[in-house]
Amino acid sequence: MNVTLFIPCFVDSCFPQVGMHMVRILERLGHRVTCPEAVACCGQPAFNSGYWDEARIVADKTLHHLRDAEAVVIASGSCGAMLKVFYPQLYAGRPEEAAAQRLSEHTWEFSDFLVSKLGVTDLGARFPGKVTFHDGCHGLRELGIKSGPRKLLEKVRDLELIEMGDAETCCGFGGTFAAKFPMISTAMGEVKCASAADTGAEYMVSNDSSCLMHLQGLLSRQGKPLKTLHLAQILDSQ
Amino acid sequence: MSNAAQQFLEAAGTITRNLRHRGLIQTALRKYEVARDRKKSAFNDWSAARQSAAETKWDAINHLDTYLTEFASKIEARGTKVHWCTTGPEARDTIRGIIKDAKAKCVVKSKAMTAEEIHLNEALEKDGFEVVESDLGEFIVQLRKEPPYHIVFPAMHLTRDEISDLFERELGSAPTREPEELTMIARRALRRKYIQADVGITGANFAIAETGMVSITENEGNARLTSALPRVMVTLLGIEKILPKLEDLALFLPLLATAGAGQTVTGYNTLYGGPRQPGESDGPIEWHVVLLDNRRTELLADPEQRDALHCIRCGACLNVCPIFRNVGGHTYGTTYSGPVGSVITPHLRGMQEWKHLSNASSLCGACTEACPVKIDLHHHLLQNRRNAVGDSPSWIERLAWRAHAFAVNTPALYQFGQEVARIVEPLRLRLQGTPLDPVKSWTRTRDLPPVAPESFKEWWRNRR
Repeated sequence: MNVTLFIPCFVDSCFPQVGMHMVRILERLGHRVTCPEAVACCGQPAFNSGYWDEARIVADKTLHHLRDAEAVVIASGSCGAMLKVFYPQLYAGRPEEAAAQRLSEHTWEFSDFLVSKLGVTDLGARFPGKVTFHDGCHGLRELGIKSGPRKLLEKVRDLELIEMGDAETCCGFGGTFAAKFPMISTAMGEVKCASAADTGAEYMVSNDSSCLMHLQGLLSRQGKPLKTLHLAQILDSQ
Repeated sequence: MSNAAQQFLEAAGTITRNLRHRGLIQTALRKYEVARDRKKSAFNDWSAARQSAAETKWDAINHLDTYLTEFASKIEARGTKVHWCTTGPEARDTIRGIIKDAKAKCVVKSKAMTAEEIHLNEALEKDGFEVVESDLGEFIVQLRKEPPYHIVFPAMHLTRDEISDLFERELGSAPTREPEELTMIARRALRRKYIQADVGITGANFAIAETGMVSITENEGNARLTSALPRVMVTLLGIEKILPKLEDLALFLPLLATAGAGQTVTGYNTLYGGPRQPGESDGPIEWHVVLLDNRRTELLADPEQRDALHCIRCGACLNVCPIFRNVGGHTYGTTYSGPVGSVITPHLRGMQEWKHLSNASSLCGACTEACPVKIDLHHHLLQNRRNAVGDSPSWIERLAWRAHAFAVNTPALYQFGQEVARIVEPLRLRLQGTPLDPVKSWTRTRDLPPVAPESFKEWWRNRR
């Protein structure tokens, strides 16, 4: 299959290893991977701030480059939800509506692509360690992704998955929310990290780098031993 | 920034650092979640129950004109006086008039968020009436001279010790940590008031169009006493409380109790059909039903967010909201707090003054998932943001988003930005913790990841 990667700006800039692991995994599974370099952002920051006209300036470009892709795969449930759920709304009643709808139908969050589209759960990975999984809200509630990441983690050798009490509670990132309401965002993150730490896990894993950027930022600042990892990093471990 | 937004930011800044508050609320609401899940499992199919409830409310709200007049004519036929009030002040004046006509001195009230909405107590107290809240939680917050913390659990932010201290100070009771004893102290104080009261004011959970009845749900029996003992009864309700048929309660009563409090059904469920009828020995001589619009019809006129009128005020969305759980009920500065409050307050009280509540959300969607009548709450927050910008865009923000769009759409500029970020990183780290830090809203509590030496796209390009 021809897989087109959508690499969100924060993954490209700060967490390139997440993209690299995805490329290796997908190529190992025999797929042809491409990544249109001109695409940098899905437009969600402006969209969530209420500036839909400005969001469309960004989305127009993304839509132009991805509209004919066989499968678009994204390392973030949040950006995935933007393309899959919110592009059809952003373009409702506009000439690009059909293209947005087609893109929506061909877009997959990474773990969902592996499990639901490809039917793959065992990637032959080995990761010795205790992990707990954080459900990113957009992946969980906009895209309905819950069991897929767990099926993938269950097949990783030497990995122990321990569920935390607040697995489905928002980490507090929320895009521009984290900067506009940092005190609330921080309190939410602290609740999340405490719940994860209570499991005794060494790693908090998620399928969304944006949540992890916020959570790792808090953990590092507070000198906590818990580490965050993107699911792709675990699945490509040997 | 509006005054309300300023107050919200200040209050949130203080309370999110209050670890005692955080512990208290998180613990209480985790217990609620356990109880709710246990009761949800008693439904054959919880999601089908929600769907059915949503469809019933959709029918009720989309035919509000028919159902309201049906309700009014049925209830009037048994001697009830129905008052149609467009605004809060109009409802307030109507109720003040009823109380004056009754030559009342003491008014007893059971829990009614609509009364909070129109600031009824303040108005009546200004007129010189004594108004006594008879719901235990409301009684407690009234003694503290503060608004309810939560629409269902008004005093959930207080510990037993704090309540005991309050009763000792205000009622002269002996200190105790036992919930039963605390309840008995309140009961002794309240029973005297029921007997003295000339007018009882209640809210309502549902208004049944088919039979012309008001359904009131409570756990303490105080609403029954409020309605049964005084000569005159007043029921204040929002026009969205309508349900088409009596049999709808078979679903809505357990749904409300489960979603709101993790109960099978609430302790007391009473249907009121009219004042004392000829030959009956008790009940109020007069019953006034005050139907309140207060801009609900403006929400009705918005096809995108009309479903917000489905709300049965169960509080489920507050209970699961991570924002509510961290900032608490008082921070909002609104009658209706939490997700549903953030959705409807801009409609009821003005978009520009209250749009900050729609922004103060991570859009996680826990509220929408919890809502028993399937209101699309978190997407309405998104729509409010869009509508607030549409009504009154900030040109600075618009320019900033245009600049952002230009930067991410121009690969050379985007890469130049990454390069600049790498170069200034040592300087940024030196500025971290000072007022000059350009990203201090992030870095005050969190580390910022640096731009990697090789971005993904650079790696991709080199690899090929």
